[in-house]
Amino acid sequence: MQTTDALNHTEPASTIPATNKEWTEVIEPKTNLLDLRLGDVWRYRDLVMMFVRRDFVSTYKQTILGPLWFFIQPLLTTITFIIVFGQVARLSTDGLPQVVFYLAGVTVWSYFAATLTTVSTVFVANAAIFGKVYFPRLTMPVSIVISNMVRFLIQFGLFLVIWLFYVVRGGTTIQPNWVIALTPVLLIIMGLMSLGLGMIFSALTTKYRDLAMLLTFGIQLLMYATPVIYPLSSITGEIKGISYKTIILANPMSAIVETFRYGFLGSGAFNWSYLGYSAAFTVAILIIGTIIFNKVEKSFTDTV
Amino acid sequence: MSNIAIRVEDLGKQYRLGEIGTGTLSHDLNRWWSKVRGKEDPFAKVGEVNDRTSKGTSDYVWSLRDVNFEVKAGEVLGIIGRNGAGKSTLLKILSKVTAPTTGRIKVQGRIASLLEVGTGFHPDLTGRENVYLNGAILGMSKSEISRKFDEIVDFSGVERYIDTPVKRYSSGMYVRLAFAVSAFLEPEILIVDEVLAVGDAEFQKKCLGRMEDVSRNDGRTILFVSHSMAAVKNICTTGLLMRNGQLAYAGTAAQTVDYYIANFLEFNNAAKVIINKSHRLWEASRAIIYESVEFLNAFENNCYSIQDDILLLLKIRSSIDSQAFRIAFSVFKIDETPVGTFFSNEIFSIKKGETSEIELVVKNHQLAKGQYYLSFSIGVGDETTGITDYDIIEQTLFFEIMYTDSLREKMITLWEPVFGNINFQNIGLKQK
Repeated sequence: MQTTDALNHTEPASTIPATNKEWTEVIEPKTNLLDLRLGDVWRYRDLVMMFVRRDFVSTYKQTILGPLWFFIQPLLTTITFIIVFGQVARLSTDGLPQVVFYLAGVTVWSYFAATLTTVSTVFVANAAIFGKVYFPRLTMPVSIVISNMVRFLIQFGLFLVIWLFYVVRGGTTIQPNWVIALTPVLLIIMGLMSLGLGMIFSALTTKYRDLAMLLTFGIQLLMYATPVIYPLSSITGEIKGISYKTIILANPMSAIVETFRYGFLGSGAFNWSYLGYSAAFTVAILIIGTIIFNKVEKSFTDTV
Repeated sequence: MSNIAIRVEDLGKQYRLGEIGTGTLSHDLNRWWSKVRGKEDPFAKVGEVNDRTSKGTSDYVWSLRDVNFEVKAGEVLGIIGRNGAGKSTLLKILSKVTAPTTGRIKVQGRIASLLEVGTGFHPDLTGRENVYLNGAILGMSKSEISRKFDEIVDFSGVERYIDTPVKRYSSGMYVRLAFAVSAFLEPEILIVDEVLAVGDAEFQKKCLGRMEDVSRNDGRTILFVSHSMAAVKNICTTGLLMRNGQLAYAGTAAQTVDYYIANFLEFNNAAKVIINKSHRLWEASRAIIYESVEFLNAFENNCYSIQDDILLLLKIRSSIDSQAFRIAFSVFKIDETPVGTFFSNEIFSIKKGETSEIELVVKNHQLAKGQYYLSFSIGVGDETTGITDYDIIEQTLFFEIMYTDSLREKMITLWEPVFGNINFQNIGLKQK
């Protein structure tokens, strides 16, 4: 009879591959922090696109308006902002038509906010799938960034139509300039920033659910610390020697929104150092996020 | 190049019991502080072997500990054991769903695991879309799925509904489609958990057939976790028995199943038991006592089929004269759950100093599959007059209901409608 003890001692040395290289894979408790398996994500790229497709098809199936909702969301938000901040509070829009001003802010901000919110719930929302089958977990957040990007492009199209209307009609202070060419860069920075932040939150939420609560209203509050409903130029004053403008600019999303508006509308603050700060912040947060995410993905099923 | 597909070395997995809540942060900080000082994890040593029946002293438990084994390429390994023995944890680690706490697993070849069929199926998507999505989740590329699409749909038999959202499917159709996707995976190593417990009998057969095909013809390595001894014996080449998170036995599939049947849970496979002190847990006058009890038609390891009569011979000895007394027996599940009791009428008689034999036949018992044991009593009286038991003996004979036919060739895999309609009305009694 062969028992456990017997098994422990029957190790014919000849069958053991000399090095770990002969094994396709070694499953171990801890791996190198920097072993991010990005190659795996690439191998599963079909899955990423499948998730993107699923997001679209499932969101608007069995709705009457279908993809029209892509337009309704930013339009209604813009109308609300016009009424509340434009008409009632009479905040400055740098002399720009309110529709274009708010729509520019809303389009950019909602991409960031939506991506961050969804990515941050990746582990909790997909616990059922993650608990049953292995695929590189990073495919999920990456697919969210992509599907939100597609959504952004559709909403951006809406913005372009309204913007062109004002440009062609003339009679406004809208002055498009070369900074428009930076739009793809802005989009990439935003996508990666929300991905990085989202991954950090998603990883920590598996253990501490408090963060999910914090994030939901945190994003709402953060919008007010970003020049979405007001131009950066309208910010004056200081507290203890630090100007409010510096505080707003410490928010890496501020430079993005301002640059976007500067390019299309000609008003706003464009400065390479502001944008450079946002880019550096994004790189740092993305690296930290990926590392934490990879660390948590190995054992999160035990804590979720 | 070696021919070993999987090598598991000193594998262990520790879980924290109880709620993860307010203690989490303080434990985490504590751990972190130990790490900073270069000390061991203060919570890693306190765990103990996983025995869920006894209350442990620690919040941490090892659901797997020091597990070592190898699987050769092309082998079909069946993993059996009670619930909570660590089978599922082992599979989860192998499928990379969770990481081990200690040890490592070395793998040669691509692994695909089926801990569940239809993972990631989205109710709003059509059958076709879900085949692609599920296939991609399981690691197939789009072109690979397209190539096999017709075969998958053909195997599932839901061709007509392939462009209907799966939420409109019957549960049977859903499972068929889901299994079909998994069945056409082509990894070198396939991990399967209990997915065969789904679908109707015909489809189950188809699935088992497909698994055999995959292992025999394509030479793939399969790890199969199941409660169905019959399936393990039929499909698997080797077996692994787990108990309390550790390996209890390893051998061929047949040996392992036999070992499980013979030794598990102190299952005593003796066909005759001489009664001694250990059986007498209750005080009684012992005026009439049992000397021995035995199965007259015992089969190998006391394994009966659902069609067999159970034949018992009870030897008794008396120190009093009695004109009328009765016997009774009770059937318990192996986990001491009572299943049913039979009381005879007071039809037996015995003289002082004599021994006597009683033959007892349980016909058409209708017990469900599983392991049981018998306890007996002997006495007089009933609820109205007051019961006097001369002797009570417990946990004497053990038996298992395992087969569907009296030739004992087919093990029970499907549930029979008679299970649980326990019938001890049809008892034959004869005093010799």
